Formats: sequence, C-alpha cells, structure tokens
Amino acid sequence: MIRTEGLSKTFDGGKKQPAIQAVKGLDLDIQQGEVFGFLGPNGAGKTTTVRMLCALIGPTAGRAWVNSYEVGQQNQQIRASVGILTEQPGMYDRLSAEKNLTIYAKLYGVKDVLGQVEKYLRMLGLWERRKDPAGSFSKGMKQKLAIARAILHEPATLFLDEPTAGLDPEAAKLVRDFIEDLETEGRTIFLCTHNLDEADRLCSKIGIFRQHLIKVDTPSRMKTAIFGRQVEFRLKQTDASLLDFVKRFDFVKQAALEDNRLILGLDDPEESNPLVVKALVQAGLAVQFVSEVRHSLEDVYLSLISDENDR
Amino acid sequence: MERIKTLIDKEWAEAFKNKMVLGTVVFMPLIFMVIPLFQLALMRNIPASELNDIPSTILAGCQVQNFTGSECMQGFLVNQFLLLFLLIPLAVPVTIASYSIVGEKSTRSLEPLLATPTSTAEIILGKALASVIPAIGATLVAFVIFLVGARFFVVSDRVYALFMNPTWYVAMLVVAPLMTVLSVNIAIIISSRVSDPRAAEQLGMLVMLPLMLMFFGAILGVIPLNVTTMLLLAVVTLALDAGLVVLGVKLFQRETILTRWK
Ligand SMILES: Nc1ncnc2c1ncn2[C@@H]1O[C@H](COP(=O)(O)OP(=O)(O)O)[C@@H](O)[C@H]1O
Ligand SMILES: [Mg+2]
Repeated sequence: MIRTEGLSKTFDGGKKQPAIQAVKGLDLDIQQGEVFGFLGPNGAGKTTTVRMLCALIGPTAGRAWVNSYEVGQQNQQIRASVGILTEQPGMYDRLSAEKNLTIYAKLYGVKDVLGQVEKYLRMLGLWERRKDPAGSFSKGMKQKLAIARAILHEPATLFLDEPTAGLDPEAAKLVRDFIEDLETEGRTIFLCTHNLDEADRLCSKIGIFRQHLIKVDTPSRMKTAIFGRQVEFRLKQTDASLLDFVKRFDFVKQAALEDNRLILGLDDPEESNPLVVKALVQAGLAVQFVSEVRHSLEDVYLSLISDENDR
Repeated sequence: MERIKTLIDKEWAEAFKNKMVLGTVVFMPLIFMVIPLFQLALMRNIPASELNDIPSTILAGCQVQNFTGSECMQGFLVNQFLLLFLLIPLAVPVTIASYSIVGEKSTRSLEPLLATPTSTAEIILGKALASVIPAIGATLVAFVIFLVGARFFVVSDRVYALFMNPTWYVAMLVVAPLMTVLSVNIAIIISSRVSDPRAAEQLGMLVMLPLMLMFFGAILGVIPLNVTTMLLLAVVTLALDAGLVVLGVKLFQRETILTRWK
C-alpha cells in the first residue's frame, strides 16, 4: 500500500547550478495488491519518487506512507518491508548467483536464508548454475536475478524501476513473464516504465506522470476516456453519402470514412452494432468485418503528454 | 552484528578476487619484513671504522651503549626501518576500502545495498572492519615474523633487545590500529569524489607521505625513536581520526551518496 500527499522533491543545485524540482505535489493512493504502472518520459522524476518511497532520499515537502509506515518517520521499517529493483541493478558480478542472493537474504534478516535462496534460484531455473558468477549470466537472466534479490524477504510492496529498459526483446519478455508470475502473490507492485505495452499488459492501474500526476486510471478506462469506444465496419464498397446516412442515428457520436472502413464512435456498441449492420445491409452494402478499434496505451500517453506540452 | 558479519564476508569475497588488493595485503608486509631481515644479515661484520657515514646522533647512541661496529649498524639502523611497518596499517585499509567503495560506485551496487534495512553505521563498520582486520593482522604477522627471523641474524642479545622493546609494542599495538582508522576514513572521503579505483588508491597513498618523511627523519637521526615519539604519533593520529571520522560519517549517508557523490 502506498499513499502520498503533496510529495515533492527539489534538488538543491548548490552555488553553481539552479535548484531542480524533480517531483511536485504528487498525490497517490495505491491499494494493497495493485500493480501500479508509473509512466513518464525520461527525467519525469520516476526514479526520484521511487527513492523517496523506499526511504533512500528524503522528500522536501509533503508526506508519504508505504505499507502504513510514514516516510521520514519509520524509514527502517519501510526499508524492511519493501523490495526494490533499482534503475541500475548493481549485482556483484564476481560473486556467484547464490552468494549474491544469500548476502541480501541475510541483510534483510530473512529467517530461512537457505530455503528462500533455493526457492528463488529454482524459480529462476538457476539452481544448477548457482555457483556461477552473476557476471556470466545473460542480461535478461541477470535482471531476473536482481528482481529475485529484491523479493527474497517477501516484501509487501515491490518497486521496479524500468525493469526492461535496455534489454533486447527476448530478454525483456523473459523479465516481463517473471513479473507476471509475481503478480499472482498479492503483492503491491510499483512499476516505473516508459514501455507502454508492458504497462498495458501488467498493470491494473496507471499513473501518467511528469513532475506531477497528469492522470490516473485503469488502462482500459483511460483509453475510453480519451477516445471513447470506436467500432470499425469494413465494407466491400462505399461512397461519401455513407457518412450522412449513419449520422441519422443519434447513438453515433462521431463518424469517419477511411477507404472502405467506416469508423463510428459509439457509447454502447453491444446495443448499437446490430442496428448499424442491419441498416447497412438494408441499404445494399456488403459488410465484411465488424471489429472494435483497439487504441494502444501509447496513443493515450502521447495525447496526454502532448496536451501537457501545450500548457 | 549479524549484518556486519555478512558485510565483512561479502567484502572479503569480493576484495580477495582482486589482484591489486591481494598484492597490497600480501606483498607489502612481505617486503617490509624481508628488507630489515636482509639488512641484519648484511651487517653482521662491520668494523667500527666504517661507522663514519652514520648520523652523529645515532653514533652517540651507540657510544652510550658501548656498541661494537656491527651492533651499532644492526641495532640502530635496522631499528629505524621498523617504522616502515606502520605503512602497512595505512596502505592496506586505504586500498581495500577504496577499491570496495569506488568499485561499488562504478557497478552501482551501493543503491540496492542502501535500500536494505542495514543502517549506514553498520555499512561503514562492515567496510571498515573488512579492511582494518586484514591490515592489523598483516602488520602484526609481519612484525612477529621479523622478530622470529631477527633471532637468527642479530650479532648480540643487546641488539635484539632494541627490537623487543616498548617503542615497538606501542607502535604495533596502539599506533597501527589508530592508523587503520585514519586510512579507512581517507578512503571514504576519496571514494566520494573519485570514480576510478586506481586513482583512489594513488590518492590514498598520499596519506603515507608524512610517515615516510618521519622515516627519513629517523634514518638521518633527526627524529629520535622512543616511546615518547610513538605516543606523540599516537596522539596526532587519534586527533586526525576524530576529525576524519566525523567527516567520513557525514559523507556516508544515503541521501549524500545517492545525490552528491560524483
Ligand atoms: N542528485 C540529483 N541532483 C540534481 N538533480 C537531479 C538529481 N537526481 C535527479 N535529478 C533531476 O531530477 C529530474 C528527475 O530525474 P529522475 O527521477 O531520474 O527521472 P526519471 O527516473 O523519471 O527519468 C531530472 O531532471 C534529473 O536531472
Ligand atoms: Mg529513472
């Protein structure tokens, strides 16, 4: 569980540089078990936010609670109850996979060190290679090892700062599948990313952020809020009069014609689609396909961020 | 306690895979032990007439004790070389600690470490002990081996008594540990500014300069080597320690490390 009220961080630039406000009045309310996607461009302040929430750096204004502990008041409890995959995973490359995990299990005060280390090494499929130096693993595998290191102590909240940044698609998929497996365990996950497909696939809620929160919602509601629901009717042949024809229906919010595709904005496609199809067929048109237009989160994100730029 | 033990274990596992670190910990004490033993062996037959080159203060010491030529050379000259043993507690920790901290800086492994519920005091102590323990160990082992070896090369018991004396007990048991504390804090301060471990090591070696000057002073007979000088050295080191520990601890805070270290 994560809650923030007006959380802010300004980096004092010292004598030479101006101060930088990295985070400005952030309000968040993330429930236990939620997988929250924290989306924002480079330099938006994601890493700074994560560092504040993990009690690594102190906020300059506002308050925050993580797992019911207050940032700045109960930092030690926060550190013990969260796990973090830092932007740079920082494994000890010369030490074995097993040694890396064992050190962290002990530092986190895990009761059954051997058991937990074995559990995660097996889950990663690394049990046979546990004695190999961490530096010898592929990038994707190393990243999974770093995530395992962050959850050895079974934290209630897990922070992942751009877990797939800089990985090739195959390695990124390995890591994403691993995160998906973790979700089923009722943990709160705070996932920083600028990979929108990843957020769309993994997150139950998304916050679009740049210095402050621009919008928070579930991925699907965010898409409909911006684009409404759209349905595409593919026809064998069309003509321009078709637009006027469909606009007679008052449930049609918008209509567009692109080649032989008629795209309608509808509030309730389940009810409206049969009526539209019936009318089209009666008008002598051949309907080949009817399908809902899927907007990607990327469209949403880009439109929100460009609105921000205009302000 | 458990956490500090874990950190020391981790530091050692990493450090002793590094040839530079291993070299400093093993070869430096070895050399400082071999040189004086070698000199003892060379100076077994020195006629009194060859003492002209010896600084007059040292010569005066020999006359007071009524030493023969060989006794004078072995006793007084080699005695000055024992000061070099104090370079071990300065060099070893600065090497281990700066490799460790600068190394963690370049691989970015400090942040996940700082994210654990380990306190910064525990982290500093872990890193400090991981470099101080081998340093004190190496110093004492080198000194004891020297004492054992010297038994075979000294020309008289009177000379041997010069090595087995309170000056060197104070040096090894009081000054050496205080030097390690100095060394660790220098390493932390350097590591906060430097991102290349070799640069850090070389900068760290600068801390040995005052001691080297003292060594030459002693060889030339300008600085007398006795319990008083050693206690004075201990007091100076302690004062430096106190100042540097405050600075080191201030630099080694989560926020400072993550936002101010270059
Ligand atoms: N230690 C620091 N000192 C000064 N400015 C910083 C520091 N850390 C981050 N910033 C600035 O704060 C802003 C947010 O950075 P960051 O949190 O890393 O963004 P993100 O993780 O979203 O890419 C950036 O403008 C960055 O330059
Ligand atoms: Mg970042």
